[in-house]
This record gives sequence, C-alpha cells and structure tokens, in this order.
Amino acid sequence: MPPRQSRAGFVLFLIYLVIYLGFIGINAFCPGLMKSTPLAGVNLAVLYGFGLILAAILMAFLYGFVGNAAGDVEDQP
Amino acid sequence: MQYDPSPLAVVIFALFVGITLGLSFWLGRKAKSAQSFFAAHGQIPWFVNGVAFAGDYLSAASFLGICGMIAFYGYDGFLYSIGYLAGWIVALFVIAEPMKRLGKFTFADALDAKFGSPGIKIAAGISTLVVSLFYLIPQMVGAGALVKPLLNFDHSTGVIVVGIVVILIVVTAGMVSTTWVQFIKGTLLVLLCGLMVGMILLRGHRTDVASTQDGAVVPSVAARESAGIFNYGAYSPGTIGHLAGIKGPINTDKLDGTSPESEAWSSRHYYRCPAQNGEDVLVVRKVPNSIEVQVCQMVKVVNGVKLINGTPQKKGEVDFRRVGQIAQLPQGGTETGPLGPLSYLSTLQESEVIVTGTDKFKDDDGIEVTIYYPKLVKGSDLLVPGGSPTFAGIKSDKFVDKLDFISLMLALFCGTASLPHILIRYYTVKDQRAARLSTIVGIASIGVFYILTLYIGLAAMTSRVLDPSDSNMAAPLLARSFGEWMFAAVSAVAFTTVLGTVSGLILAASGAVAHDLMSHGFGVQLDDNGKVRVAKISAVAVGLIAIWLGIQFQGFNVTFLVGWAFNIAASANLPSLIMLLFWKKTTKQGIITAILVGLLSSLTWVLLSKDALTKLYGYPSDVIPLVPFSQPGIVTIPLGFLTLVLVSLMTGKPEKSQEAV
Repeated sequence: MPPRQSRAGFVLFLIYLVIYLGFIGINAFCPGLMKSTPLAGVNLAVLYGFGLILAAILMAFLYGFVGNAAGDVEDQP
Repeated sequence: MQYDPSPLAVVIFALFVGITLGLSFWLGRKAKSAQSFFAAHGQIPWFVNGVAFAGDYLSAASFLGICGMIAFYGYDGFLYSIGYLAGWIVALFVIAEPMKRLGKFTFADALDAKFGSPGIKIAAGISTLVVSLFYLIPQMVGAGALVKPLLNFDHSTGVIVVGIVVILIVVTAGMVSTTWVQFIKGTLLVLLCGLMVGMILLRGHRTDVASTQDGAVVPSVAARESAGIFNYGAYSPGTIGHLAGIKGPINTDKLDGTSPESEAWSSRHYYRCPAQNGEDVLVVRKVPNSIEVQVCQMVKVVNGVKLINGTPQKKGEVDFRRVGQIAQLPQGGTETGPLGPLSYLSTLQESEVIVTGTDKFKDDDGIEVTIYYPKLVKGSDLLVPGGSPTFAGIKSDKFVDKLDFISLMLALFCGTASLPHILIRYYTVKDQRAARLSTIVGIASIGVFYILTLYIGLAAMTSRVLDPSDSNMAAPLLARSFGEWMFAAVSAVAFTTVLGTVSGLILAASGAVAHDLMSHGFGVQLDDNGKVRVAKISAVAVGLIAIWLGIQFQGFNVTFLVGWAFNIAASANLPSLIMLLFWKKTTKQGIITAILVGLLSSLTWVLLSKDALTKLYGYPSDVIPLVPFSQPGIVTIPLGFLTLVLVSLMTGKPEKSQEAV
C-alpha cells in the first residue's frame, strides 16, 4: 500500500470518528439540542444523521481519488 | 394479522424468484473448483462487486427491520442506518486493502497469514461460524415475516421454504452466482425504494387516508376518533360510548355498564366493555388527569387460538385495525399535496401523530394479554432519538441507562468490518485497487439507500397501514397502499434480498468449516473437489440450523437481532484484525485468546440480557436480568483488545525465530 494512501485513509478515518463521536455525545448528554431546527425547519437530529451518511459517501470518493492518483504512479513499470 | 394472497403479487413474486434461481444455476454451472466456489476466481468486475457489497449488506434487516422500527418508534430506527453506514468507514479506510493483501479465501487466512498456526484457523473458523449463524437468525425471521402476507404461509412454513431454497442455491452455485444475484438485487432494491420515496413525496402528508368525512367534522377530530381517541369534554357520556362502539356510556370517572375491573386491569387504567355487536370485548384506556379515552386492541392466545378483542381471529373479518396516522397538520386541512424532501420532514415535525403503544401483562387467569393503544405524540418528539424501548434510556439522567445506546453505536461502527460475509467479498476482485473501488461503490449505494429508509419508515408510520403486531411488515404494507404491483415488487425484491444474504452467509460459514476448520485447523487432507464437497455438506447443516433458529426467534424486530450480531462480530473479530495490522508484538496466542474471549463474552452477555430472557425464553417482563443492558459491545470489544495485548505481552519472545508452531 502506498504510504500516501494509508496516511490519507488514517486521517479521513480520524475526521469521521470525531464527527461520529460528536453525534453520539450530543444524543447521550445533550439530547435537547437535537430538537433545535437550524435549517429549513428540519431538526438537528435529522440534519446530523443525513450529514453523517453524506460525509461517508463524500469521504469515500475523496479517498478513491487520492488512491487512484497514487495507484497510477504505482502501476508504472 | 392475516392476509389475502393476491394472484398478481404471487405471479410477480414467482417470476422474480424463478429468474433469480435460474440465473444462479446457469452462472454456477462452471463453478466447480474451490477457487471459484469460494471466491469466484477473483475475477468479478469491481463495479459489480461494489453493488454486490450493497446487496450483501442491505439485508432483510436493513430493509424490513429499519423501516419497521422507524414506523413504530420514529428516529430510533434511523440510528441503525447511521451506524451501519459509519461501519463502512472502518472497513474502507482501515481494513480493506490489508485484508486483500493478506488473504486467500477467508478471514481466517488473513489473520493467519503471518503465523501459519492451526489454532488461529480454528478460533477464526469458529468465530465465523457463530457470527454467521447469529446474522442468519434475523434474515430467516425476516423471510418468515415476508412470505406471510404474500403467500399466506405461517411463520415456520415460510422459514422452512426459504431455508430449502437457499440451501439449493448455495449447493449448486457458490460465489459466482451469489455475487450476480446480489448485484441484481442490490440495484433493484435501491431503484425501487427510490421510486417509492418519489411516490411518498408526491402524495405528501394526509390526516386521514380513508378521507370519507363530509366536512361537517373538524379533520383533526375525525382523524383522532377514527384511531380510537375520544375527548370526553366534547360529548355526553352516552354519545362517546356510541361513537367508540361500546354498549353503554363512558363517563369521566367511571365506565358505566361494566362490572368493577380486577386489579390487573384497573391498576393500568384499562376497562373491558362489551361492544355494540354483542360479541367483542373492547378495552378502553383512561389516562389519569386527562380528558381522553383510548379504544385499544387486545390480543390473547388461549389454547392456541388467537383472540382479537375476545373473538377468534378470522381472515378478512376479525383482525387488527390498521394503525398509524397524522392527527393534525401544521396548517390544518386534510392533506398537504406534494412536498420536497426537506419540507416532508419539517411538516411532520410540526404535526401531531397517532402512534401505537404496546403493553403486556398477565391476565387474572395467568395468560398474557397484549394491548395496543393509540397514542397522540408530537412530530417533533418522533424525529429525535429515544422513542423506542431500546433507546428510551437516552432520556434518563442516569449514565448507566445511556450505555445501551452508546454501546450499540460503538458495535455498529466496529461491526461492519468484522462481518465474515462482508470480508469474503474482498477476495472476489482481482487486486487492492479493485477492492477499494468496489468498497466506494458499495458505500455510495448503501448510503443513498439508508437516506431512503427514513422516508419509507415515516410514511409507513403515518399512512394507516401498519399491523400493530408486526413491525417487520411496515415497508411491504406501505407499498401495498401504492398498489398491488408495488407490493408484489417490493416483497419479491425483499425476498430475493433474504435469499441473497442468506446464501452469502451460508457460504461464509461453510467456507469456514471446509477451509479453516477441516483442512487447515485439523489437518484433514482434502483435494479441491473434497473441499467443495465438505463445504456443500456443511452448507446443508448450517442451513438446517438456521431454519430452526429462525423459527425460535419469531417476534423479534429483525434489525434489533442484527444489532446483536454486530456486537458479537465486533467483539470477536475486530481486536485481532486491528492489532494484527497495526501492532507488531501481536502473537498467535494473543489472537486465539482474544477471538475466543470476545466471542464467548459477547455471546453470553446477549443470551443473558433482558430482551433474551423475556422474548426468547418467555420470562415475565419484570424479570431482573443478569446483565445491566442489552448491547454488550462497549464492554466486550475493549475486553477483546485487552486480552490480546495482555496475552501477547505474556507470550511474546524477543527472538522471533524461537517461536514454535
């Protein structure tokens, strides 16, 4: 595995972990906050949930992009 | 609830399953070697493999269980969606590429690549077997729930039929056909759910689906009364009794025309009243300090006969009332018309919704009664976590009550990357790059699907389609409200979902037996043909066990069961996987003990939890469980890591060369 790839993977993993822990933390220790409606009348619980799903998709593509850039170099004979 | 099978639904369904099976036989006819049986020659294109990941992962549990949980309790089901997807981040960023580099057929190969120890093979093989079996249970339960309305089978017949079909698929085919079946089904599932959500948004929210009011009654009152909620400030006692279908009046402080209630009932504010039709007994719930009476539905099984409101259940005549509807829209009126994806949610948030509460207790004769009562709740309370019994502790002030939630979210995060049937899919593509690309395709399809589950679940909650006795039926019943063809298509796809996932799991389990336990663990010499033969024999055995378990676990919400499987998988497999990849001092003894300790501790915990005691062994609901909460992950995953580190430090030697095998 090219180092650039694994480093990118590790960094992305940490970022996601922080966002995910944030979600658990708010739900467990400050559930009232989840009822607030910051955008378009939709509450934070739904927005954060959608955000976690979209973030996963986005980061997966980002990782694939980094990987392919690195992979191209690796494929050279 | 009992259903009428519809001919159209049966035809569409049969076509679907027939094509799937035909395809599986056709594609599988060349799969004779071990390489192709277990790993499809490593030649599946990455895009197909990616969608097949989604196919494997979006099991009956995702589809039926999550939608059902959302339909019954609101946001809580969506927590599973979030956790299931988040787990893929671990799989992609941490596990995917090293796994592909190390392994050959199974997860045990990867763990053992460095040590070549039969002990690791045996431990990992056992863990694969147990996790696969545990993951099989919800799939079989889901299968039973699915064929019930479609073909009018009872639960056990449904489970047995599914089991036999799946064993046939696996024995005749192997990984090639399983992959293609998963690809087709994954694509169809996401597209079909997308279509259904489009129709949901076009329909918008409505207060009363039947909508036969002549305009003389305020819509919100009509909606409440059709759900059985009456406000006795508005009527004379005699009128309420009449409207509620009860012989005799309903008063503010007592129910006339009934004899005084026994302690079991009155302490819970229930009163049994004779119905106007002279046969049924209607249960009325009077909430103290409220001006509401709620007409409930009562179920009791006496001598094997299911009594609904006191009368034996009879298809089409005596059955449950459909439940779940909106009582009041924010702007008044009876319907909103088409809504956007965000306004659909914000409208629901400002509406009042009638959901169903469940209550179980022992009647005077010692037989258990189940009461389903209509309950008015604010939409804003449904769209935050904490609505279901599983996660109610989140609202508590005590830290220990919150642990169930935290533990499950942790297990879901760690569990995906430890599931054997997901891990074997890394060996069906040709290299690391393909493994990575297919994971990305998988994440994208699964993520889109999980967003759709929220809409499907909420629509089922508010469309007056739910069977109060079975949360797993929410999605198919919602589909039926869009027409018979939609119901048939959704049921058929969901059924192939079950077939696909179950065959993948049985394949993983039989691979573990043939490859890890027999030939590597116990050193039985097998040629390629022999290995495939052993795998097929174990597939039959695993299939039969799964059928038996599927019958035992009837009545659990399937996604709750999947949550347990994730707990066990994460506790048993994740510590070894992670430490092997990132900690150089890991020893083979460390890996073996960590797998066994994680597996046994989480399994024991789950089987001693309150949910198991009450729903599986039939203890009364006030039994005191032996473990403080139901989801073991938060204790047993760290325990696995700790065991591995301690044992590795004790057994590790400075000179590698002296390590005996």
